Amino acid sequence: MAANEPDYEDIPGTTVFDAKRSRQGYHLNMFCMSLMKAENREAFKRDEKAYLAHWPMTEEQKKAVLERDWNGMLRLGGNIYYTSKLAATDGLTFQNIAAIMTGSTQEQYAKMMLEGGRSPIGNRSKKEAKRG
Amino acid sequence: MARIVGGVSTSHVPAIGAAIDRARTEDPYWKPLFKGYERSKEWLKATKPDVILLVYNDHASAFSLEVIPTFALGCAEEFPIADEGWGPRPVPVVKGHPDLAWHIAQSVILDEFDLTIVNKMEVDHGLTVPLSLLCGQPKEWPCPVIPLCVNVIQYPPPTGHRCYMLGKAIGRAIKSFEQDLRVVVFGTGGMSHQLQGPRAGLINKEFDANFLDKLARDPEQLTRITHVDYLREAGSEGIELVMWLIMRGALDADATEIYRFYHVPASNTAVGHMILENR
Repeated sequence: MAANEPDYEDIPGTTVFDAKRSRQGYHLNMFCMSLMKAENREAFKRDEKAYLAHWPMTEEQKKAVLERDWNGMLRLGGNIYYTSKLAATDGLTFQNIAAIMTGSTQEQYAKMMLEGGRSPIGNRSKKEAKRG
Repeated sequence: MARIVGGVSTSHVPAIGAAIDRARTEDPYWKPLFKGYERSKEWLKATKPDVILLVYNDHASAFSLEVIPTFALGCAEEFPIADEGWGPRPVPVVKGHPDLAWHIAQSVILDEFDLTIVNKMEVDHGLTVPLSLLCGQPKEWPCPVIPLCVNVIQYPPPTGHRCYMLGKAIGRAIKSFEQDLRVVVFGTGGMSHQLQGPRAGLINKEFDANFLDKLARDPEQLTRITHVDYLREAGSEGIELVMWLIMRGALDADATEIYRFYHVPASNTAVGHMILENR
């Protein structure tokens, strides 16, 4: 971890939606917000690329959307409450995309939650994990 | 004069709303959860509040990245139900209580808590799921509701300490309102959960149990939990728990715990619930 990085960057598998990411992801998130309207969802589904052309997003962000790279969108400034609107447009729930982001099958993820969820042990700190 | 008779904390998981709306509450997955709220429904019925002040967060429904108020108090006559992408939940429109809401706004602003006053706002599952859990499926909600919407999406949310102190200011404001009203304060969200990234699904039962213990008896200790500790221990979305501290601050220091419920999972989340009463 770089000296001037915020302390939460040490938490593994977690992207904190801070000022930097909010600025980076503004248009990506506002694109997702537009999917709250049924007519926009239809227009997007009709021609995803054409719909995305209206938004001043980076090519990398557009690619992540088209590929439904859910972790990639977070890395590029997306926020989960916004990207979940894209998921809803695809008919996916929070639990569906959570499973995808963790690299599990839907069954594995649902089973993990029924068994009490992911333990914090070993999942608190990157530094700690490195030290082992 | 108005007085706060009780406080309720509860999670506000959207899937709970969907289970209610689709008549799935008897499913084996959901039944234990709804059973945990049966006594709470009886309690609310018996307590007969005249007004509920409900602390929650909006999930990119009423507010987007265009405007991000840290604390927004709903002062309108009514609050329509938001369409969160699947059509609005089939629940009654939320009627406000503008007299008390405006009184609280004026009082806490002069008490140095600079709230945003909102006269037009749709409310999403963050507000309606707690009402459904405590009221069931009535044609009308049992009383007017004052929404207090807190930013917990854009980092940083307000600190737990700030929330607790705002709760105290709200408590003073309510006590200085001249009508005889019985008020119940809800603090919602949490408990431990993470919806995003490779660490999604995090649940921390020990953290949650300690939070519930301290909420009743030693809330000041909870006000010292830092943001990085919430994120690390309770998951990136577990930081919503700061909203419970507004409720706790509004209640008396010696308020009594009368009911507690904890259940894992509801979708990705640990569901926690407590009822407190002022003596």
